[in-house]
Amino acid sequence: MHKVLVLYAHPAQRHSNVNAAMAQRASQLEDVSFVDLYAEYPRFKIDTDREQQRLRDHDALVLQFPLMWYSTPSLLKEWIDLVLEYGFAYGDGGTALAGKTLLLACSAGSAQSAYCSEGFQQHSLPTLLSPLLQTGNLCGMQNLPPYVLFDALGASEAELDRHSAGYCQLLRALRDGQINPDSASGLELISADSLPQLLEPTP
Amino acid sequence: MTGLLLQVFIYLLAAVIAVPLAKRFGLGSVLGYLIAGLVIGPVLGLVGDETEAIQHVAEFGVVMMLFLVGLELEPRALWDMRHKLIGLGGLQVCITTLAIAALALMLGQPWTVSLAIGLVFSLSSTAIVLQSLNERGLMKSDGGQASFSVLLFQDIAVIPMLALIPLLAIPELLDAQHSVADDGHAQSLSFVADLPGWQVAGITLLSIAAVILGGHYLSRPLFQFVAAARLREVFTASALLLVIGISLLMSLVGLSPALGTFLAGVVLANSEFRFELESVVEPFKGLLLGLFFITVGAGIQFDVLTDNFGTVLLLGLGLIALKAGVLLLLCRVFSIAGADKWLFALALAQAGEFGFVLLAFTVQNGVIPPHVSELLLLVVAFSMMMTPLLFIAYERWLLPRFDAVQTAENEEISESAEIIIAGTGRYGQIINRMLLSSGYPTVVLDISAETVGRMAKFGVKSFYGDAARPDLLQAAGLENAHMLIIAIDDPERTLEITEYARAQRPDLHIVARASDRLAVYRLFQAGANDIIRETFDSSVRAGRSALEALGIHPFEAEKMASTFVARDMKAMRQLAEVYDPDIKTEENQAYIDLAKTIQEDTQQAISKSRLANKGAIDRAWRPPGSSAES
Repeated sequence: MHKVLVLYAHPAQRHSNVNAAMAQRASQLEDVSFVDLYAEYPRFKIDTDREQQRLRDHDALVLQFPLMWYSTPSLLKEWIDLVLEYGFAYGDGGTALAGKTLLLACSAGSAQSAYCSEGFQQHSLPTLLSPLLQTGNLCGMQNLPPYVLFDALGASEAELDRHSAGYCQLLRALRDGQINPDSASGLELISADSLPQLLEPTP
Repeated sequence: MTGLLLQVFIYLLAAVIAVPLAKRFGLGSVLGYLIAGLVIGPVLGLVGDETEAIQHVAEFGVVMMLFLVGLELEPRALWDMRHKLIGLGGLQVCITTLAIAALALMLGQPWTVSLAIGLVFSLSSTAIVLQSLNERGLMKSDGGQASFSVLLFQDIAVIPMLALIPLLAIPELLDAQHSVADDGHAQSLSFVADLPGWQVAGITLLSIAAVILGGHYLSRPLFQFVAAARLREVFTASALLLVIGISLLMSLVGLSPALGTFLAGVVLANSEFRFELESVVEPFKGLLLGLFFITVGAGIQFDVLTDNFGTVLLLGLGLIALKAGVLLLLCRVFSIAGADKWLFALALAQAGEFGFVLLAFTVQNGVIPPHVSELLLLVVAFSMMMTPLLFIAYERWLLPRFDAVQTAENEEISESAEIIIAGTGRYGQIINRMLLSSGYPTVVLDISAETVGRMAKFGVKSFYGDAARPDLLQAAGLENAHMLIIAIDDPERTLEITEYARAQRPDLHIVARASDRLAVYRLFQAGANDIIRETFDSSVRAGRSALEALGIHPFEAEKMASTFVARDMKAMRQLAEVYDPDIKTEENQAYIDLAKTIQEDTQQAISKSRLANKGAIDRAWRPPGSSAES
């Protein structure tokens, strides 16, 4: 069993379409530590020591957030800046995160079709997320493909529900070590649709 | 009674007229007092024989001055200057004594008289020099420090001199002198007069130990006890009791009272009562010293002076030149250079008030014949009167030539500039802890001796005293302070302190604690830079906690709180415009109307906008597409 830490960052949760529901479910899961960063640090005074200890105590880190300006909400960026210190997460002696798993779970405003060179957003989502993925790499973490909901503002109730249920399933699989590494490495992104493929046991 | 009142009236009147005039013409207060004395004494003949008796009382000003100097000097600082004290001071006294004695010998005096004259003239005037140095802010300069070291050594050196002088007695003079009544300077009461040497030494050491240990261990409980009564005059009485008690002890065992109170001052320099003591003793010192200077002027024997004018002038100028020459020589040895060299040489070139004492003592012991002594007294007085002029010469002509050196010194002072915190109750305490832990030294004042004592138990240093009193603020260093933080819970006094500090120091940064919104307006008017409402921040936090407890997300509660604060600050500025100090706010209709409007606006900004998903709270983040139409 893997200990999973979910860091949830959303600055305006009353306006959330999908993240609040995802967070609601994730926080109910047994043996998954769930942290609402904006509730813990409403004044952005992050306790670096405490956060680093939290990372040491877990095997997998999940960053859940709505995509804002092709990046994380500002508090999560602050968290990254402060907590992933030299000598702790990277650099000389910085091996605290080595071998741990990193999963990004984010919602995007535009439809998937917009995220390509011909599209409105001009870049694919993995390209836009590459700073975060590279952060995981530099820390020696195993990146899972990001779990993404496109067109989060236009999605139907059923789609939203499916996405948050899938999120829950993914977290459980992560916790119980049921993710197939081969299928994971073959995927660029995960959605509720591609989830079964990821969870198939290795033949 | 009437006679006494008349004398007091004459002395005070002379001082009140002459000193401000002298200050206005840039001559310094010392010269003012001396001139006042000259006018009422030899010139107008308003005062006469009682001058000498008054001088004995007035000499107590020197004792008090050394107590104050001691208060400014921590034991460590005194220890640090031990080389200067003994080396510079010792050499100055020895070389000057020998040089003057040699000169006197050449002028045809017997060697005993020559040596006695050398001793008398080697001493300088602590009273004039320290007063002039302080008045001109030169005390902290290298020259000032060197001067102080030498003066301190001289005060100590008087004791062995008093022992040495009787050995120089000329038998026939002594016989003649015995028939004359005792001089006022003679010690009338002494513990040690008839004891063998080793016992004298033992008692002397014991007395010094008593002053040091008593100052260290007994003064605090005593002052705490007295301060608890909260009667200022009783504290004043206890401060005077301390100074007079030590002087009494010292003169009983044959030591210099000035030296004893100086030591007591050094011991108390670390005490929390330091500033209060300073401010209490200061006026007494000032008045007594002033009186002393007047008596110096008034005591000049006009007939002797007119008969020997040329001689006195020549001897006086010669004395100054000789002493200055020796001092310049010492500067070379102790590498004192630049403007400081000249300050040191000119400041100490006179003979001093101890000269009067020693001359009387020599006459009484039959060492110097009275007619010589009368002439020498005039020389001492003349050289003392020249000193303020030498200081002026230093400032006008010598200092400007070394301007660059002096500027560098000034910068140094501003770097060590201090932060004064008035009040160390619940409010000031936190400010002090923050500043101290950030590495900024503070000077903390509190009106409650109990609080000061309690803080001391936690290792936090503060001083007892009422910060609303200008003299205490001055003693705490308002003149050079970098910042003043007023953290007391008395709105009226806060306002008074702000007004006073602003008037004194237009450039001072003042952080003031305000009780409420109206206090903010008044403090702004008075010139405070940062005005902090004492309960505002904590009330906002309490409100935010309440919102969180109502189930509002902490980040949202934070946004609501910060919106509220921003609105309130804006409202404060708007309301300031309709605020009228002459009308009570509850009767100021414009103020009430605006306050109501602002309250409505704030509600709109926070709760209503929150319900409509629009407005200040949601400015922080709103999903795309939800802003324009709603």
